[in-house]
Amino acid sequence: MIAQVADQPFVRWDWIVDHVDDIWAATWEHIVLTAIAVGVGFVISLALSMLALRHRRTYGPITWVTGILYTIPSLALFAFLVPITGLTTLTAEIGLVSYTLLILIRNIVAGIDGVPASVRESAVGMGYTRRRLFLEIELPLALPVIVAGIRIAAVTTIGLVTITALIGKGGLGFLILRGLNLFYSPVGTTQIVVGTVMSVLLAVAVDLSLVGAERAMTPWARSRHR
Amino acid sequence: MIDFLGDVVAWFLDPAHWLGSGGILGRTWEHVQISAFSTVAAALVALPPAIWMGHRRRGGIVAVAVVNIGRAIPSFAIIALALPISIRLGLGLGFWPTFLALFALALPPMFTNTYTGIAEVDPALVEAARGMGMTESQITTRVEIPVAAPVIVTAIRVSAVQVVATATLAALVAWGGLGRFIIDGFAIQDNVMVFAGGLLVAGLAIATELGFAAFERRFVPSTASRSTSEDLLADVTVAPQHG
Amino acid sequence: MIELTEVTKRFRGTRAPAVDHLTLTITDGEVVVLVGPSGCGKTTTLKMINRLIEPTSGTISIDGVDVTGLEPHELRRGIGYVIQQIGLFPHRTVRENIATVPRLLGWEQARVERRVRELAEITDLGADMLDRYPSELSGGQRQRVGVARALAADPPILLMDEPFGAVDPIVRAKLQDELLELQRRLHKTIVLVTHDIDEAIRLGDRVAILSVGGHLEQYAPPEELLRAPANDFVADFLGSDRGIKRLSLIRIADIDLEPGPVVPPGTDVERARAVMAEYDTDWVAVVEGDRMLGWVTDDRLDGRSTIDGVDLEPFLTRLTPDDTLEEALDAAISSHTAIAAVFDDERFLGMITVERISREIVR
Ligand SMILES: Nc1ncnc2c1ncn2[C@@H]1O[C@H](COP(=O)(O)OP(=O)(O)OP(=O)(O)O)[C@@H](O)[C@H]1O
Ligand SMILES: [Mg+2]
Repeated sequence: MIAQVADQPFVRWDWIVDHVDDIWAATWEHIVLTAIAVGVGFVISLALSMLALRHRRTYGPITWVTGILYTIPSLALFAFLVPITGLTTLTAEIGLVSYTLLILIRNIVAGIDGVPASVRESAVGMGYTRRRLFLEIELPLALPVIVAGIRIAAVTTIGLVTITALIGKGGLGFLILRGLNLFYSPVGTTQIVVGTVMSVLLAVAVDLSLVGAERAMTPWARSRHR
Repeated sequence: MIDFLGDVVAWFLDPAHWLGSGGILGRTWEHVQISAFSTVAAALVALPPAIWMGHRRRGGIVAVAVVNIGRAIPSFAIIALALPISIRLGLGLGFWPTFLALFALALPPMFTNTYTGIAEVDPALVEAARGMGMTESQITTRVEIPVAAPVIVTAIRVSAVQVVATATLAALVAWGGLGRFIIDGFAIQDNVMVFAGGLLVAGLAIATELGFAAFERRFVPSTASRSTSEDLLADVTVAPQHG
Repeated sequence: MIELTEVTKRFRGTRAPAVDHLTLTITDGEVVVLVGPSGCGKTTTLKMINRLIEPTSGTISIDGVDVTGLEPHELRRGIGYVIQQIGLFPHRTVRENIATVPRLLGWEQARVERRVRELAEITDLGADMLDRYPSELSGGQRQRVGVARALAADPPILLMDEPFGAVDPIVRAKLQDELLELQRRLHKTIVLVTHDIDEAIRLGDRVAILSVGGHLEQYAPPEELLRAPANDFVADFLGSDRGIKRLSLIRIADIDLEPGPVVPPGTDVERARAVMAEYDTDWVAVVEGDRMLGWVTDDRLDGRSTIDGVDLEPFLTRLTPDDTLEEALDAAISSHTAIAAVFDDERFLGMITVERISREIVR
């Protein structure tokens, strides 16, 4: 069986044409898993960053813990979760969210630290409350650094979603895993290639959209030609 | 839950799980072996051109593109692609597809971080060295590489940790490694083995990270401190992909 | 009225106080300048007024109300605040920057817009600048936006911490003039911090000189400081040229003028030469009543019996009573005869000599 492999095509286009619906369904699942992970990760990171900014001493422990989460290989993390939460979307999301935290928190904190002291002082001096200062001044000014973090987090998450195929989710990773089980046949290699290409395209598309969104949201950062 | 953790402890206490070809020791050795091979091979291939291009300060766009593409390709996909490719090359299952995948994975961050480290050596320093009559290769070996050493070691660490993490997936292409416990455990629905495998893999990854950190503290004098917000913007291009 | 009573600030972890038992009263509509060497507590004092820093002891009240009894952010919305680095919001246009406090106060849109236009005009910012971002302005323009923003809600009090510290001397002088002009129209109560004594003298109705540790060394109008420094520290800080600095504070109207070498028409030449000798000049002016007809040099009088009929030269440099003695000194010295004439429109008032000015310096 394996001996004949070399003569066979690597990609079978007819399989792709026949399975457009499958591919789309997998892509959509991939998008949803990614969006939930980055969205939830961002909300948690924002809360933890606010804590770290208000009480500096918590920043060390927060980055220490999220740093360990970031270092633990994803499969190991799923291995810890499966005995508790089973082969579920919840397991997948807990794992995916935990990888976004370090990147997002580091960037949010650094972005807000980067707001010039003079801007902060004059805002407070004019009577901004702490809440409005954060929402109307600090957050918008930190946006470029925060978006840089979201970009890394999103692209990383898109890659990690494929691994959740091993716990029965996976989006495009499901195609890749199914292909891996049929690695000796063109139907298998085709699925691996499709899964890979689609997830790369997804990463590039998301990255470019985030760049575009950032530009649209930070008109002051562009030097306009008069 | 307590019972479950008790089972995990019991699993670790069973000598049968430690010895033999499928035991913890053997699997750890496989894991470390393939990670080390791939990392060293990637370093041998990536560093010379990165240093050369960094010295000439050309190719920054290539460096950024390489790492971004590297990050966009899922590591799982690289492993999966490596298997049929290896077979078509006549290299078979097991070691070679794993090696190819990990090697491909380690290259981009290694290349880009090294390039950046060399290219960002203070131009005044290079100018001064040239002014003192050093040849280009002397400038590289005596000025740029020593000054960029911390960044280069970081580049290797980032790649190594990522390789150790991704080697977990090697079980999928019929190589061993600690990932076996998790993947086999999933297959036979043995949560105790899955959990124990998770502990082993996490432990090895953290040990790699800490080991490199200790090495850096001990042997690499820091020539630059980082972590301003600009650096984080720059991290868009240099942060590791995750395995 | 702002009253600081026995105010002391001791920062945590420091032994010596930054401000030590400072008592200072600032009356409505005056410009008070805090001046002193670096680290003497000027900024600290200023920030205690709008509670960016809380005093360790002592009280600060505005119009009799203790500031600690107010919500800090509400207190601050009623006090304009300008700092050296200006602190414009980079993500907001000039228009939005100026509108900051009115928005915080919840003014309606039309009123905010009207106010922004008004301020742009007062601070000499072109209407085309309103839609720019701060990064698209020059340093001087940014500073004007900073002042406009501080004035936006028409606060009775303005706190300014080295507002002109970041611009070059030429722009600084212009902005100082603009501030004085603004103040003539608006009559704010302004507390301004600087470490430039010349700026203090120029802008302040009263100047408080502080020494390190936040001690008040003297608090007086600039003219009085220069005339009668309270101690050696103040005298040193004012500089050895404080006599000359004082000249810029005295108006010609404030001193007695001399008639100068003048004679009425029809005076005989002998008499005219006697007047020249008296003033030690080689020229004499002819005045009819309070009308200046012109002047003539000694040599042109040779062979005449009276001064009638000679061609008289007009005075080209004409001082007015509003000019300062500094300007008078300048005019007198450059006239090479060390005398300058003072006019009120066409009315000749008298002459001022270098000698007379130097008597003011040493006084
Ligand atoms: N937050 C702080 N913590 C501790 N000490 C401070 C703090 N702020 C100011 N100080 C100290 O208080 C003293 C007065 O500082 P302040 O900023 O009021 O000086 P200043 O007169 O404005 O000086 P400059 O002209 O340099 O601006 C200085 O010795 C300063 O080091
Ligand atoms: Mg100061």
